[in-house]
Amino acid sequence: MTDNLLEVRDLRLDIVSGGVSHNVVDNVSFSIGRGEAYGLVGESGCGKSITALSIIGLLRKPLAVTGGTLNFNGRDLRGLSKGELRRLRGEKIAMIFQEPMTALNPLSPVGRQIAEMFVLHKGATWKEAERLAIEALGNVQVPAPEERVKAYPHQMSGGMRQRVMIAIALACNPDLLIADEPTTALDVTVQAEILKLVKELCAARGTSVLMISHDLGVIANMCNRVGIMYAGRLVEERPVADLFLHPAHPYTGGLLKSLPQLGSRRLEGRKRLQEIEGTVPSIANFPPGCRFQPRCHRATPVCSAEIPPLSALSHDGFVKCFNHER
Amino acid sequence: MRLRLNLLIGGVLCIVIISAALLAPWLAPTDPVLDADLMNAELPPDAQFWFGTDAQGRDVLSRILYGARISLAVGIGSQVINTLIGLALGISAGYFGGWWDDFVTGLTNLMLAIPSLIFALAIMAILGPGLVSLLIALGLTNWSWTCRIARSSALSLKKQGYVQAAKTLGYGDIRIMITQILPNMIGPILVIGTLGMGDAILAEAALSYLGLGIKPPFPSWGNMLTDARELIVIAPWAAIFPGLAIFVTVLGLNLFGDGLRDWLDPHMKARQL
Amino acid sequence: MSDNNEPLVRVDNLSVHFPVRNGLFGRTKRTLRAVNELSLTLNKGECLSVVGESGCGKSTLALSILGLQEPTAGEIFFEGRSITGKAQPTRLERAGMAQMVFQDPYASLNPRQTIYTSLAAPLKLHGVKDRAEINRRIESMMQLVGLKPEQARRFPHEFSGGQRQRIGIARALILNPKVVVLDEPVSALDVSIRAQIINLLLELKERLDLSYIMISHDLSVVEHMSDRVAVMYFGQIVETGSWDRVFTDPQHPYTRRLIGAILDPVTELTGQSPVDTRETPEPPAGYDYYPREFGKHDVYSLPPASQLVALREDHSVRLIARG
Repeated sequence: MTDNLLEVRDLRLDIVSGGVSHNVVDNVSFSIGRGEAYGLVGESGCGKSITALSIIGLLRKPLAVTGGTLNFNGRDLRGLSKGELRRLRGEKIAMIFQEPMTALNPLSPVGRQIAEMFVLHKGATWKEAERLAIEALGNVQVPAPEERVKAYPHQMSGGMRQRVMIAIALACNPDLLIADEPTTALDVTVQAEILKLVKELCAARGTSVLMISHDLGVIANMCNRVGIMYAGRLVEERPVADLFLHPAHPYTGGLLKSLPQLGSRRLEGRKRLQEIEGTVPSIANFPPGCRFQPRCHRATPVCSAEIPPLSALSHDGFVKCFNHER
Repeated sequence: MRLRLNLLIGGVLCIVIISAALLAPWLAPTDPVLDADLMNAELPPDAQFWFGTDAQGRDVLSRILYGARISLAVGIGSQVINTLIGLALGISAGYFGGWWDDFVTGLTNLMLAIPSLIFALAIMAILGPGLVSLLIALGLTNWSWTCRIARSSALSLKKQGYVQAAKTLGYGDIRIMITQILPNMIGPILVIGTLGMGDAILAEAALSYLGLGIKPPFPSWGNMLTDARELIVIAPWAAIFPGLAIFVTVLGLNLFGDGLRDWLDPHMKARQL
Repeated sequence: MSDNNEPLVRVDNLSVHFPVRNGLFGRTKRTLRAVNELSLTLNKGECLSVVGESGCGKSTLALSILGLQEPTAGEIFFEGRSITGKAQPTRLERAGMAQMVFQDPYASLNPRQTIYTSLAAPLKLHGVKDRAEINRRIESMMQLVGLKPEQARRFPHEFSGGQRQRIGIARALILNPKVVVLDEPVSALDVSIRAQIINLLLELKERLDLSYIMISHDLSVVEHMSDRVAVMYFGQIVETGSWDRVFTDPQHPYTRRLIGAILDPVTELTGQSPVDTRETPEPPAGYDYYPREFGKHDVYSLPPASQLVALREDHSVRLIARG
């Protein structure tokens, strides 16, 4: 079709255990262009993280891909062998996580963990790799990198550890960086620095980013296009400005209105926040039809009877809702 | 489901053994002590003596049934003592911390360093044989694992919001330990208690085997094994059946303990999707 | 209501230090200074927010106010009465003064107790013996926080995160405390649930005449909920004042840094930040802001003498004499 880097088509993920199967991700399609930063937004349990894991081939049982295609750089990821996937990970697709401490080896100096990437994927000698590791640490703006390569993860602050993770992830110049809530565990001022770093490094190298977050501010800061997930379905996808300034799906709109907005109290006084009623449905009890329908103030009878189809919106975007904002 | 099966088999075995012990006077075909008959000595299992007879011609089945009472009394009794000691020391150490924690931890490590059977042996040597001595000896020497688990659970539980909340609501320390901390560690403690029962039964057998446990002619599985020692070639049943009884009981308790752990874990229930 | 201008809670020169043992056999002792000579006041009916990043000592401060952390030095007064040191009230007495709503609704409820037990036990402890009275109070509390009374028979794991936070609020309020400490009350909740809890907390504050001390790092929530704000950095307050002063005209470089780091979706896209945080205003003559450099703070060493100076009514910043 196009020269998109990643094409996810009709992805379906299920939890299969003991003969019972629950659908967790249903019919999710999106694509990421070269050099594009795509954001996947949703609340806990909406399926955003496992969608990312399915791309990188790290889905664990009882979760399984039960439908759809994952096309990366023209190759079908689902058709790859374990070895091929392993080679792809780190070299072409890299991932950073919320808590770098769990992703780093606590018994190995960080420099060695970065150097390993060069040895593993680029065939560098250890001596060469060590020099490259110092350079990589410098690139992620760790001060005194030639000193810090010897440090162990527990000797570093959360922000520094995340920088190390980024250095490892970007070591081999991957085509795609998946960032799963990379700043959620960090302080706000550190978060700002880390996001700026990721943005700059990826822009300079032309790396595409799949950013996963529940934080709308982070997404607005980082991404060009955004998909909103709710209860396992992608309900709206838009260029970032359209999405946040003119949300079409009642869930997106509700989410934006439910958050206190900086500065609005001063301008308009303290207003009661607009709540989204009810709670996020659990995987075992997804409602029929549109999964947001029991909490939706615009719901009509058709919403609980049929799954809303995709409606295209002007300038590159879609929404799945019968009664969306026009 | 495997975990339910553990609990089921273990539970059935435990119930069978407990009922055997309780109903021994009605189930046993003969008196385990008085009905000695040298004419019937060392008979192999047959229709009259299902498990055969020993050197004095006593019915092995009857002696095993009565012996179950001793084994279970020792197992349950000593474990109750162990659990109470372990819980009191462990929870208070974890909850209060400080010098008390250092003291309890030191004591626990000391207990772990000395094999508990050696310790029990020493106590038995001072107190002399008998059921009460057995309960004391085994009840004072096997609480270190309970204590360790209780301490580490208390350490992590005391940081939980609900324990903090209980403090701000005015609960006293003892009340917090009993109502907030204890119920949330009861699973692992019960498991250790049940597994410890198996250990105590084995220890009783060992002590009685060494002549320090229950005084003959009263039957315990341990001293039955001692008596059968010389008969192992000519009348192996006198040793095999008490051995089997110990094996089945310990197996039942272990299965039950494992099953209990899975069943009691509240996260297992909450994890239903 | 006291008419002699005595605030509801007054923290006076509070220091909380922790001895840290390390080295072989814990021989070397260092002192971690979590809170350093901190003073603040909470007036009746106010929501005072304590803002800062992890490790700044805001949680230690909260625990001290609740009596869960012994201060190293300084005093805390509740309605003019000292609640630290020798005159310390018993836990039972304290319970009516301050209660806490916890950050993590999953760890803050005892999984082995029904909601009814969690709510009835404190009432019984405080002398409510009549069963009908207990039931009546639990029923009305459940309704107050937006739950059905019959849900009290259930266990915590049967509730969602938002519902659990409602239960946590009910437990904090069951003894009618005058102060409620809110420790990051919405940051562990799903985004679509947060508004419900924020609205509930503000509603309850009006209805029950409560006073809040909120610990938070989420400045959008702080701006929405607070009457007064105290910004903490490494155990000290660096700027404090009414919410509008702090949010419209932040003076201290650290406050400006914090506000500047907020990622608000609309601000990000329109590029119009409600507060200009680029240039720090000039400090008063002869003084400098303290601290001016960030990320180099040593929690083990004694900070240099600095003071909170009032720039105008209800707006102070930490300054250090220029040397």
